[in-house]
Amino acid sequence: MKFLLQRLVFYVFTAWAALTINFFIPRMIPGDPVTSLINKFQGQMSTDAINSLYVLFGLDKNASLWSQYVDYWGQVFRGDLGLSFTFFPTPVAEILRQSLPWTIALVGITTFASFMIGTSLGVLAGWRRGSVMDGLLPVTTFLSSIPYFWLGLLAITLLAGPDSFFPSSGGYEPGLVPSWNAEFIGSAVQHSLLPAITILISSVSGWILTMRNMMVTVASEDYITVAHAKGLPERRVMVSYAARNALLPNVSGFALSLGFIVGGTLLVEIVFSYPGIGYNLFQAVGAKDYPLMQGVFLVITLSVLVANLLADVAYLLLDPRTRKEG
Amino acid sequence: MSAPTSTITAVTPEGPEVAAAPAKRRRLRFVANPKAATGLVVLAFFCLIAIIGPWIAPFDPSARSSDLIQAPSGKHWFGTTHLGQDIFSQVLVGTRGVMFVGLLAGLVATALSILIGVSAGFLGGAADDSLSALSNVFLVIPALPLIIIVASTIPSAGDLMVALVIGLTSWAWGARVLRAQTLSLRRRDYVEAARATGESTWRIITFEIMPNLTAIIASGFVGTVIFAVMSEITLAFIGISTISEWNWGTILFWAQSQQALAQGAWWWFVPAGLAIAILGTALSLINFGIDEFVSPRLRSSGHTRIKTKDGHSVRMRVGFTPVLSSKQAPVTPVVRREQEEVA
Repeated sequence: MKFLLQRLVFYVFTAWAALTINFFIPRMIPGDPVTSLINKFQGQMSTDAINSLYVLFGLDKNASLWSQYVDYWGQVFRGDLGLSFTFFPTPVAEILRQSLPWTIALVGITTFASFMIGTSLGVLAGWRRGSVMDGLLPVTTFLSSIPYFWLGLLAITLLAGPDSFFPSSGGYEPGLVPSWNAEFIGSAVQHSLLPAITILISSVSGWILTMRNMMVTVASEDYITVAHAKGLPERRVMVSYAARNALLPNVSGFALSLGFIVGGTLLVEIVFSYPGIGYNLFQAVGAKDYPLMQGVFLVITLSVLVANLLADVAYLLLDPRTRKEG
Repeated sequence: MSAPTSTITAVTPEGPEVAAAPAKRRRLRFVANPKAATGLVVLAFFCLIAIIGPWIAPFDPSARSSDLIQAPSGKHWFGTTHLGQDIFSQVLVGTRGVMFVGLLAGLVATALSILIGVSAGFLGGAADDSLSALSNVFLVIPALPLIIIVASTIPSAGDLMVALVIGLTSWAWGARVLRAQTLSLRRRDYVEAARATGESTWRIITFEIMPNLTAIIASGFVGTVIFAVMSEITLAFIGISTISEWNWGTILFWAQSQQALAQGAWWWFVPAGLAIAILGTALSLINFGIDEFVSPRLRSSGHTRIKTKDGHSVRMRVGFTPVLSSKQAPVTPVVRREQEEVA
């Protein structure tokens, strides 16, 4: 319990740090791009909306930094992230609420699947060192060196097309209305197959490699030799003795590298015009839509923190040593 | 936080045998590793292109011509763009920006990670707690979105700016690994001995600790360069950094925005993407070389299956001394089980 509490404190601290970074970045922008945007939409915006943008971007030069900071926190807690200029006049929070489920479904499931597949392959590669599995390593290294988005482009050219099974863009059939019926879900799954495969192919090799190296290290431990000497079946030694112990560092490594992976996978959404957060970020960057950019960064960071917490819980369940102290 | 998280820390052998061999022999041994050698050759090739690329490029990469969207030919090796620009020249000229940003960002991040990681590990106490907290925060916050946001708030972000932003945000992983290793070195006998003879803290860190961290620092550097190259190309691809400077990401940006896919112009984005992938692979190979150099156990080469005289085959494995059975000698149970499985 102490372990989990420590982690919780750390994540709260990180969330605070991320929000503070988010507070300072727009205040470093030279010039006032937001002011010019506000001027552009003058007359179409309510006073409230303008006020909230003033607080978020520190446009009120008379207020002290501290009072700006306090106001900013109050506003973020109310979930008010300002208005998006790209999707004027929709609030940023509303846009993110719509696109977050798409990203969580696509990136979440594929990252988890890639970890599972990569770890299992890594167990085999590490256990049978010097076998055919080692030939897999250079191939996967090459695949992982390809940028996600480029692999996506390639996949679209080769596999998608007007009469192909794989659609080249979007999250669902244009005519459908998002709802929980079979037709819509089928269409959504069909649209997410190609992006998911792209992410899987380029992210799986990292897990294979780390797991293989951990297995090689663990395989020379005394308890493995003892397990062999006891005459336990090969399979059991591999899975319950070696893999069980090699898995622990891999799980905590998984938690720490989530930030890297999620950043990369967001790009796949851009290539496939997938209606998720990564695509929002792309649109926001293109239109210099600072409120939306900030909102996206905030939501991505918080999601990664939650995912980290889940990975920690998994670690807690896997490692009896963290459980012992009551 | 209780378990080691990186393969490097986990596999670094306990003991100073890495530093024991003379420096010259060690360097030769590293190059003898086929993975590292391949990686170094490819990297050297890209460095060469980065230097001479602009001079050997057959065309000005921005110059327009009347050959619009041409497939690769003898005149234009990689084809042309929608403005008739030569893509081969763009790739050659773009190499410089990619290598410059990658190496500079790698240097900045490595310097920061040494500074923060080693001092956290060596000083311990409150300094360690705060520095580790700092690096963990940077590790958990998704780096790429942060880089995108910072870079997009800077007007006309050039190569130098992009390199600095990437370097300043991606040091955390290296710092973490270095801290863990420094912690394990700090209480070694030879460090205690140096302290007892009255060497200053500064001297202990630079002359006693740092040489034993060389491999980790090197692999951290290579890893950061990979990340920096990917990030830079990503920034150019989504159109954040200035599109007036050519790099591989810029080519992909134009290919994407001009619907190269829909026009079937595969030559527009394939060369740049392949160049990225090959550079990334070369750097990863160097890193494998370093890993295997530090921990020879990880090597995959070599035959692990041995034929005995009477035709059985035995698989060699770490931690085992297989008894190569002949008809006279009795076989241990362990090896017999091995043979059954193999057969």
